[in-house]
Formats: sequence, structure tokens, C-alpha cells
Amino acid sequence: MKKEVVGRVNGTMTVTVKFFSLIREAVGEEQTTITLSDELRTVAQLKTHLGQRGEQWREALSHPNLIQAVNQRVVFEDQLLKNTDEVAFFPPMTGG
Amino acid sequence: MPVIVTANAIDPGALATEFFRSHPDAAVATFTGFVRDFNETSRVQALFLECYVEMAGKVLTSLGEGAASRFELKAWHIVHRFGTLTAKEPIVFVATSADHRAEAFSACEFIMDALKTDAPFWKQEHDGAKATWVSAKLADENRRNRWVEEDKTP
Repeated sequence: MKKEVVGRVNGTMTVTVKFFSLIREAVGEEQTTITLSDELRTVAQLKTHLGQRGEQWREALSHPNLIQAVNQRVVFEDQLLKNTDEVAFFPPMTGG
Repeated sequence: MPVIVTANAIDPGALATEFFRSHPDAAVATFTGFVRDFNETSRVQALFLECYVEMAGKVLTSLGEGAASRFELKAWHIVHRFGTLTAKEPIVFVATSADHRAEAFSACEFIMDALKTDAPFWKQEHDGAKATWVSAKLADENRRNRWVEEDKTP
């Protein structure tokens, strides 16, 4: 079976990444856009990629209690990403 | 709409009255949560409640639908604030209606317990001098897990 290659259909594939609460403060951004590639197609790979932006990013995104969501649903970090997905990173929730 | 996530002030009395009028069922339970004016170390003057609005709407809808099916509710309503609130302001309102009080009470408690840990809101308390993000509490996690344990009980 032919392996699906991200990025070869319809040009660039991107995901929107949002940050909330402590994570937003640590990385200093609310939102960023990332282009997917063959080496960047899971949430875990996205975290590693963003971690290269600096120590603050690496530390915030490697926090043991970090929660990640894709398209507003909490996921494990092996979740595959596709074009136009909305990814979010945040700490445990404290509403109510 | 059974779910409202809003930056505007909420009036739990008016919400309850409207719920009673719209759903004249035998048993109606309501819960209202208010911003506390104290924490472990100091008085709280204001609360900033950050929200992932798109996700909050989805999660609260899913919780309400889950409660409706689990407790055979006739109706339910969840209203949650976000943004900047002052001490004692209402922050969350939940109403559930059923044929019997046990289901109405349990559903209301289930929604609140699940909402605390599953809905994307983050509290930051302001005491006038500094702002502190509120940590997730083990007690809330334990209350949430009670319902999961109950699911496993034959």
C-alpha cells in the first residue's frame, strides 16, 4: 500500500495551535500556525517542533500535566494531525 | 439553547424561574456556583476566568446530553461565565428536571463534578497585589472519578 505523504496534495498543510492559561503565559503567544510535513504529523512531533523555539517553550510543552486537544477534543499525543486541524495545549482545567 | 457560555453577567434567579416555567416537571434541581472571596492565603477581590470558548460549548453539551441519558432527564440547562468577575458574582448555573428528585439531584451533581475537570476554563485569582492561577484539586478529580467508578460497578 502506498504510504500517504502529507503535504503533497493541494500544497501546504497547516494546523492552528492555541495556548491557554499558564501555557499561554509561558510561551508568550495565544496562537500560532504550523506547517505539517512528513516529519511533523502527530501531536508529539508538534510539541518537539515547538520546543525548538526555546527553553520556555520546551519546558511548558513537556509539563507532565499538559493536556492537548485536537478540534476541541482531548487526545493522546500520538494523535495524527491533518490539514486545518485546531490543536490546543493547556494545563488541567479549573472551572465551575 | 441548553448550553450558554458567556462573558456577560448571569442572573441565576431569572434562569431558574425561566427553567421552572419552561419545564414544569415533578422534580427540578438547580445549582449555582459563586466566585469565592477567600483562598488559602488571602482575600480574593476578582477572578479572571479564561475559557476556550469553542471547546467549552462542545464539552458542556456533551456533559448535559450524557447526564440526560444517564439519569433520564426531561430537560437540562448549563450556563457558565468567563472573563473578569468580582467576588460573590455567580459563575455557573445548572438546572436539571426529571420525574423524581433522585435523578434530578444526581444529574446536577454529575454535571458539576464533570464540568470542574473536563470543561476548558482556568481560574486566576486576584487579591489586589498579585494574580495566581488556581491549581486543579485532587478532591475535584476524586469526585469526578466517583462517577467513572460507578460506571464500572455491575
